[in-house]
Amino acid sequence: MNQILANSLALATPEIVLVIGASIVLIVDVFLNDAQRGISYLLALATLVVTAVFVAALPEGRNVGFTGMFVVDGIARFLKLVACGSVAAVFLYSRDYLRVRGLFRGEYFVLALFATLGIFVIVSAGSLLSMYMGIEVLALSQYALVAFDRDSSVAAESAMKYFVLGAIASGLLLYGISIVYGVTGTFDLASLAVHTQLGAGTNVGVLFGLAFIVAGIAFKFGAVPFHMWVPDVYHGAPTSVTMFVAAAPKLAYFALALRVLAEGLAGAVGAWQQMLIVLAVLSIGVGNIVAVAQTNLKRMLAYSTISNVGFILLGILAGTPAGYRGALFYTVAYVLMSLGSFAMILLLSRKGFEADRIEDFRGLAQHRPWFAWMMLFLMASTAGVPPFVGFFSKLYVIQAVLDVGLTWLAIVAVLFSVVGAFYYLRVIKAMFFEAPAGESVDESSVSFKFLLSLNALSVLALGLCSSLLSDTIAKAFH
Amino acid sequence: MNLPLLSIITWLPVLGGVAVMLIGDGRASLARWAALIVSLAALGFSVPLWCHFDASTAALQFVERLPWVPAVHSDYYLGIDGIALPLIVLTTFSTVLVIIAGWTVIEKRPSQYFAAFLIMEGLMVGVFSAADALLFYVFWEAMLIPMFLIIGIWGGARRIYATIKFFLYTFLGSVFMLVALVYMYLKAGSYDLAALYQLPLDRTEQTLIFLAFFAAFAVKVPMVPVHTWLPDAHVEAPTGGSVILAAIMLKMGGYGFMRFSLPIAPDAAHSLDWLVIGLSLIAVVYIGLVALVQTDMKKLIAYSSIAHMAFVTLGCFVGYEIVAATGNTSGETLALSGAMVQMISHGLVSGALFLCVGVLYDRLHTRDIGAYGGVINTMPYFGAFMVLFGMANAGLPGTSGFVGEFMVVLASFKANFWFAAVAATTLITGAAYTLWLIKRVVLGPVGNDGVASLKDLNGREFFVLGVLAVAVIAMGVYPKPLTDVMEPTLRHLVQLMSVSKL
Repeated sequence: MNQILANSLALATPEIVLVIGASIVLIVDVFLNDAQRGISYLLALATLVVTAVFVAALPEGRNVGFTGMFVVDGIARFLKLVACGSVAAVFLYSRDYLRVRGLFRGEYFVLALFATLGIFVIVSAGSLLSMYMGIEVLALSQYALVAFDRDSSVAAESAMKYFVLGAIASGLLLYGISIVYGVTGTFDLASLAVHTQLGAGTNVGVLFGLAFIVAGIAFKFGAVPFHMWVPDVYHGAPTSVTMFVAAAPKLAYFALALRVLAEGLAGAVGAWQQMLIVLAVLSIGVGNIVAVAQTNLKRMLAYSTISNVGFILLGILAGTPAGYRGALFYTVAYVLMSLGSFAMILLLSRKGFEADRIEDFRGLAQHRPWFAWMMLFLMASTAGVPPFVGFFSKLYVIQAVLDVGLTWLAIVAVLFSVVGAFYYLRVIKAMFFEAPAGESVDESSVSFKFLLSLNALSVLALGLCSSLLSDTIAKAFH
Repeated sequence: MNLPLLSIITWLPVLGGVAVMLIGDGRASLARWAALIVSLAALGFSVPLWCHFDASTAALQFVERLPWVPAVHSDYYLGIDGIALPLIVLTTFSTVLVIIAGWTVIEKRPSQYFAAFLIMEGLMVGVFSAADALLFYVFWEAMLIPMFLIIGIWGGARRIYATIKFFLYTFLGSVFMLVALVYMYLKAGSYDLAALYQLPLDRTEQTLIFLAFFAAFAVKVPMVPVHTWLPDAHVEAPTGGSVILAAIMLKMGGYGFMRFSLPIAPDAAHSLDWLVIGLSLIAVVYIGLVALVQTDMKKLIAYSSIAHMAFVTLGCFVGYEIVAATGNTSGETLALSGAMVQMISHGLVSGALFLCVGVLYDRLHTRDIGAYGGVINTMPYFGAFMVLFGMANAGLPGTSGFVGEFMVVLASFKANFWFAAVAATTLITGAAYTLWLIKRVVLGPVGNDGVASLKDLNGREFFVLGVLAVAVIAMGVYPKPLTDVMEPTLRHLVQLMSVSKL
């Protein structure tokens, strides 16, 4: 028995390290004055690095611990590494922004680390219960993060919206889980898979529960019609928090969909495929069309996220290994692009000024041509223009959809991506074709600029050599 | 010699463009020279391409093949045949001229201007040399970004409207092509063009695929009724942008028909040829009349481009009717080579005309025909060139404009008398709008004080127009080297077109 427990604990070392690290930051931060706050920042970064090292050291292949509650496979390892990387990038990007606004406090890092823990638990979940636990850890940390700027009423409002709607979604999810449990008698995803394959997949009770579970997942992802919170939260939260909310959690929600739908409820694929088709079409359509009307870049990126989520769902709903790989490729590419896009807002922001309107990017090509080009890369990539990585991510999911015979869906998706191209072009237009509105002040550190350039150039590099990413993903699924 | 010539001509300008951009506007003169050297080098590398090209075979030559995206079995696969070679040479040739033409004219962000054209050049060569459908698509779409910036940054008053319209139109056309390509990949298991040529497709599939390609290529050519982006883009683009648009980018539509539509969906092309022929004839007549009433020189030339490109699409698709009427394929080859010659000729002539307009615009800053008159009195050399290019545009025998149109009309005659009769009205309308333009701008008494103060061509402008004039006349008098290079490839294409896939 002890041996089994020891094995399980060995599999969970990254999570354990993460909890210890977060706790250390929490305790140490209490004893620091504002001038020493950098120590918390460095400790938080160190925690992520050490966690990543432990993730890399996990055994190969599929391992199960805690009586099936906890799974460590290729996908979990890959997603955890990407999550560590993207959270670390958020920290690096946010430092100057937070410091200038008097938000450079330990809680930010502690909450973000606990959110990362939630992500870790979700991607390794082997049962509906452990999954739900991860979702709540992630969600509660995010509610607090959004409200993190105490003096901002907009942030408080959006946190409240997020919390109320998020609680409803959690309720839906939990209700769905309880019905599925009631019918099948198990929380375990592996035995759930067996049940649904043996006929429970068409059981009315399971399908009823499935509808609630899909609604919960759609809410977490921000898919239409469960997207209402996305624009408000993206807009209202401090940009460095928006960046966090936009990027890393998407990895967890991808895993959530993959584990619950593709693994646990594989036998009900026909049912959830129909539901996801509706969600995907609505998300791609509404996201792209409403984004056209936005003048605030953060809101525009929020609607762009909604449409991107639609594309991720396209890959998942294909229900094929190629589709899941495509969806994961899309998710990772999206994380990379949204990190870069929000970092551009941080780059142009300064004390008392948020560069979050499209017009704040006017004339960027004249006074800071390098970063105008970096933003062009990011926008063109998100629009799906080759040779950037965003094109290949769209290619893979469209290929997956065509492969299962849903040609009309592929055509709808590409048509809306033409609509989408318009609002990305508007940003490029503001940067390259219009005259600068005022003087820009360069307040960013060298490391920030280096990371942002690296981020944007990787969007190009992963497009030219997309096999770098797709091979890694294929290996993770193996 | 085993240099990867195609890769060099593709990537040298792209990397050179990045380098020119990094030189920056602060050292504009250095950037100019660097851009010129890079473009000359690319032109230089296309000389061995022409010399070592084996014109006796339709096989792909100068082949380079490396695995690129193994996940979808797509290769970095370059190779050219007799259709691609002339277009590549036209690309490298035009880019040099565009860079010389923009030498001192461009004062706003010059290094980025030259860089954009160099990057465009590389991507366009990539389009013509890609033998892998996905690689083709990547180059095809990537090209939109530099062109978007060229029109948007250096264009005229309504440049932003024009450039966004240009981008969205072409993007909308191409996404259908992407779906068709992915669909075929899933059936064939490869993006290799040769494999797609062999792929059996039933009639419905062929029709849908044909229409998807048609959406992409008809926008690019452009054909009536999806031509409306072109007058806007041409008018608002800077001179160099108009030249590249007219000389190269429009050709990609025709190239796409020959490379994709005809060999991949031959049966659908056959059953839908009435659509393309009909739209082409409408373009010849209707757009010719529209050109007649324009008051803006660039707009007039833009409309004339649409009418001239209609001969390309007519030449591509009239072949099926020729076979139906005469029973043999010799007329089909004639029509296709007519289309090719027309593409190259139009590249030279319309490019030259846009440069002529640019010369005038640089001096008086208006493109309005009414603002000129009697230019030949103050600019005799310029007047001579403009008259020459006008004649070529009207299809005067002895100029390149005549050859292609004549071949296509001749071939159409074999198919149906009325096709030829309608197409031949271009000899009237084309002559009418071009000569009237010449009359109003170049000839007659000096129109106003602005014209009276004009200075004739400087050495740089003279050189650019002179080179084009030589090319236009050489092609008009002796087009054989060009037709010889394409002959085997076009024969092979005719074979692919006539084998049913059903």
